[in-house]
Amino acid sequence: MIVAPALQVEHLSVEFRTRSGIVKALDNVSFAVGKGETLALVGESGSGKSVTAYAIMGILDPAGRVTGGKAMLGALDLLHATPDEIGKVRGREIAMIFQNPRTALNPIRPVGRQIADVLLRHADVTRREAPARAIELLRAVGITDPARRAKAYPFEMSGGMCQRVMIAIALAAKPSLLIADEPTTGLDVTTQAVIMDLIGELAAEIGMATIFITHDLALAAQRAKHIAVMHAGHVVELAETQEMFAHPRHPYTAELIAATPDTAASLDQLASIPGSLPDLRRADLPPCRYSERCPRKLASCDQPLPVMPPENPHTVACWNPL
Amino acid sequence: MTTTLLDITELAKRFPAGKPAGPIARLRKRFAGGPEKLPQVYAVDDVSFTIAQGETVGLVGESGCGKSTLVRVLTRLLDPTDGGIKLGARELSHTPARRFARDQDRKRIQMVFQDAGESVNPRFTAFEAIADPLRRLRGLSGTNLRHKVEEAASRCGLPLELLTRFPHQLSGGQRARVGIARAVAVEPDLLVLDEPTAALDVSVQVVILQLLQRLKRELGMSYLFVSHDLSVVRLLCDRVLVMYLGKIVESGPARAVFDHPLHPYTQALVAAVPSINEHGHTRLRLTGEPRSPIDPDPNVCRFYGRCPNGVDRCKTEMPALRSFPGGREAACHFAELTAQ
Repeated sequence: MIVAPALQVEHLSVEFRTRSGIVKALDNVSFAVGKGETLALVGESGSGKSVTAYAIMGILDPAGRVTGGKAMLGALDLLHATPDEIGKVRGREIAMIFQNPRTALNPIRPVGRQIADVLLRHADVTRREAPARAIELLRAVGITDPARRAKAYPFEMSGGMCQRVMIAIALAAKPSLLIADEPTTGLDVTTQAVIMDLIGELAAEIGMATIFITHDLALAAQRAKHIAVMHAGHVVELAETQEMFAHPRHPYTAELIAATPDTAASLDQLASIPGSLPDLRRADLPPCRYSERCPRKLASCDQPLPVMPPENPHTVACWNPL
Repeated sequence: MTTTLLDITELAKRFPAGKPAGPIARLRKRFAGGPEKLPQVYAVDDVSFTIAQGETVGLVGESGCGKSTLVRVLTRLLDPTDGGIKLGARELSHTPARRFARDQDRKRIQMVFQDAGESVNPRFTAFEAIADPLRRLRGLSGTNLRHKVEEAASRCGLPLELLTRFPHQLSGGQRARVGIARAVAVEPDLLVLDEPTAALDVSVQVVILQLLQRLKRELGMSYLFVSHDLSVVRLLCDRVLVMYLGKIVESGPARAVFDHPLHPYTQALVAAVPSINEHGHTRLRLTGEPRSPIDPDPNVCRFYGRCPNGVDRCKTEMPALRSFPGGREAACHFAELTAQ
């Protein structure tokens, strides 16, 4: 259980209106992340990891709508804050690192200027001081020759360096919460290790909470204190990292671990997960969205999912857990 | 005794870097004496290796190390600057890439690209995508063609009713199957796979990897498997080649290389792979950026500057790739010490 949460998300539900019906993208998502801690959201594509992040940041697509729940950052409910209130905390209190840094950065503005923009808006820095502070930040994220690099455009830098710039922008105002959405997907493993170290060190330095979104179970295991496993818009299991891998309780978590090539001695030992994600537009979605793929399904699985008390250190949304 | 299928000897591919000089600068240079020489990017530099029949060889290395160029040269989509590419008894390096497209041996080397959603013509149905190489390379048509396409599809676990669909109507796993089916339909000897599972979720990745392993057994193909996912390479490959800035820095049986890497770059690569059983940080980290591949100094180790144990000798003498027991090779001055 998390004693002093930096962010507490409770019963978050999100829907998207599409031409072919309403997609129930998130349903009753709850988790908390403590000050200075890292929570990993893991799951396959389409499980709702990024939608969760976008809902918290208030940057959902116009077709998306929060239909319930709250996300408390201190006393402020991010989901029901006015645009004015959220504008004050976004970039200052909560920051986000996007996947694919090259497209997330402004391609026609030197990176030093992009960092200075954030400083001017959120960090009470004067126009005169901003360029020097930007160079300082570039040095802090480990870019060599920062004064020269500050004048470079994103296309002149490698993917790893662009991601460092993104981190510098995100951390410019020393936020209390960082959301990192697949920050190292597409980077080499060697660069990935360095970038993840960097995020970890900076987070520890300023006591920042981190929500780390990834599909890489092994990376989550290595970097996060807690893990929330998502499937089809549900958090199916939430526990401390070591506990989760030692005793996975939800059948889906167990199958995900068995499909990860990391520990297997041969290909035959790896198990695939039968079936696919249910269509989230269906009107007759079962309460447990995994039940149609589940090998441990019982007749009782058709009732609403069990509700675990939030103080439980290992929660699992399953009637027949392992 | 295994027979060698592909024999690459001292292969090199260099690209000119930067623009050629304008006419006046060129004249000026000519009067100053000497031909005009542009700086060169050494994308692949003196690479030699073999692939045996039925063998799976992994090729790993970070982006920009020359993996893709090497693959494009040996699949004969690009012409090498230097060196030999021998497929069985046939020397391929002298046939220009343009002419090789219609060569009778084109069908012997096929490729599976990273994301079939992007590498398959979006206006081709799955049937057309698989039929295209069969038509062009094997001259099939009519019922023969239909029969072969259906055989390839069912061999790759693609339900026949999906053959009428376009790529955007298929899931990631189904698209991967189309990409594989079109490559194996012409029954190649060598299949080059460029990160075939990088775009897939783990649950689907497992199925595709197991499919590849089964196809290899059934059809007796050799694989060159390009990937940066070391845990996948470890499971699928017999042997592995580690590339760094255009050169092979280490090679050998996959398990031996990953369990006891001899080259410091391989060591860093292995240390960087996260594992479920390991919480917290590992110590070995590469700092700095790779050296420039433009006209590199032939006497400096390419890894110097990022290497944790670089000494003076490393910047005066390029370490040669040399043999070690157990069919291994490494190019580091300290590899003998590490091997002990």
